[in-house]
Amino acid sequence: MTSHLMPPLALTLVDIGRILSLAVIAGGLLWLFLRAIKRKEVERRVIFLFIFVSVVAPILFPTVFQEKATPIVKDVFDKIESLPPGSVVLLSYDFDPAMAPEVQPMADAISRHCLVRGLKIIYMCLFATGQGQFTSTLENVIKPEFPDKVNLVDYVNIGYKAGNEGVLNVIITDFKKMFPTDVDGVPYDSIAVFKGIRSCKDLDLVISIGGGKPGIKEWILFVGDPGNVPIASGVAAVVAPLMYPYYPAQMLGMLGGIKGAAEYESELVHHYPQFKNSPTPALLMMGPQTLAHLVIMAFIVIGNILYLLERKKGRKR
Amino acid sequence: MKKTTLIIMAGVTVLFLLSWIIKALALEGMQEDYIKKAFLVTFSAFLTLSILSFLYRDNPFYKFAEHLFVGVSAAFWMSMGFWSTIVGNLIPRLSQNLSVFFKVHYIPGDFNFRFYIPVILGLLLLMRLSRNYGWISRWSLAFIVGTTAGLNFIRYLRSDFIKQISATFVPLLVDWQGTGHFFSNLDLSASGQLVMMLANWTIFLGVMSGIIYFFFSKEHTGMFGRASRFGIWVLMITFGASFGYTVMGRISLLVGRITFLFRDWLGFNI
Repeated sequence: MTSHLMPPLALTLVDIGRILSLAVIAGGLLWLFLRAIKRKEVERRVIFLFIFVSVVAPILFPTVFQEKATPIVKDVFDKIESLPPGSVVLLSYDFDPAMAPEVQPMADAISRHCLVRGLKIIYMCLFATGQGQFTSTLENVIKPEFPDKVNLVDYVNIGYKAGNEGVLNVIITDFKKMFPTDVDGVPYDSIAVFKGIRSCKDLDLVISIGGGKPGIKEWILFVGDPGNVPIASGVAAVVAPLMYPYYPAQMLGMLGGIKGAAEYESELVHHYPQFKNSPTPALLMMGPQTLAHLVIMAFIVIGNILYLLERKKGRKR
Repeated sequence: MKKTTLIIMAGVTVLFLLSWIIKALALEGMQEDYIKKAFLVTFSAFLTLSILSFLYRDNPFYKFAEHLFVGVSAAFWMSMGFWSTIVGNLIPRLSQNLSVFFKVHYIPGDFNFRFYIPVILGLLLLMRLSRNYGWISRWSLAFIVGTTAGLNFIRYLRSDFIKQISATFVPLLVDWQGTGHFFSNLDLSASGQLVMMLANWTIFLGVMSGIIYFFFSKEHTGMFGRASRFGIWVLMITFGASFGYTVMGRISLLVGRITFLFRDWLGFNI
């Protein structure tokens, strides 16, 4: 009888892991609070340990949150949705392996979206190390998920050119001058993706993925504004606040940090259920992010409570 | 060298070799060059742990990883500079023979004498190594600074000054059709009239009060002082948002490294 009324308590190993790790963190924070109240020193290594546990636990026992795209992310998604098949999008990998955990998921998700929509992609990079990051997209996204897409016809990799904003200053008027061939030495004129494309002004959308210099700011300054080219970006969290002033007048949308990437992945899976089983690293990363942020907030609260107690004590004296 | 240091060094070496062997055995049959791949993964894990060990305290492993990183970065950028700037950009425009030698696509008809100017300026830059003729390198530096300033001036003036000012002139009454219309169509979504108006007012007041805070020709008292006080609050909230984003970014990087350790090195299925 009872079994009809109450659902059976079926805890998986992952659930037990989640509960245990949360209990450990909560208990630890309580211990920290009591220790601090007793005015005992808390070593900085203890703080590091807390952050380590709060990051590791959700990785080992994954917790995936539902994300809803904010307008600034939705604008990028909608722009790609609005482009007719055959439109040409330039995706610039302006980042290095150090930034990759944050921005590689954006590059992969946007590549998926463009390819499933039938858009043609020109891959390039203003960071020399971006070349290796593109290989990751090629091996993990394009080849396994879009085996029918053909290099030079559906996408092309023109690689890296030294010169930072100097490169952009040239390709705003003439692509071929700066990129006479693709990375494999195929001449510009024989690449089908470049049919009808003479300069950046002929592109339907430019997306810069990165977070350093040269990056999205240079794209806006040297391509977006002078050429009236639609520009969007996916940037590392550190840079995101600096880029908000360009939205929406000079930059149509932005994926800011891993949160932006998670929102985009969520939107993609929502619109294209065929990607339900594709990797969503950004969504998975939101678990550690949430727990680590909660722990940091707990530190701030504990610190402030102690400060107020100290101040109260000082007044009484 | 202390006995304890020697023991630790020996222990780490043994663990490294053990990890390499286990990883190679795990990858055998799955990848062609599994011994090399296993070494690279183990070495990456060793370097990651060496860098993280600084959180405990400074130590020789951390120093080794740090120096290796600096050295490899310098070497990488130097070789990239040569292969992408000199070989990639200059040689295809200078000589067909050199292009064939370096296996780069020669650009016929693009030769121009002006391409020798960067060659000369580049050589002048190397004069910095000479004690007596080091001053000559300033010519190249002056050229670099002047060109960069000239190139950026117009772009920044347009994008970061004029366009930013015009972007600040936002309507304070968005799509205003009277109070009745406003209240009867009250919408709290991000694209709703109320939220848009609040956003525009925030931009307007934030920019004005921020500017007032940095205006020092008038004493910050009375109404002007209150606006300045509001300005500092706006600045603090902005810095707070930046800090929040920075924390998020750093945690993402930590997640990236920990995922590497657990998945790629230790072989967890995550």
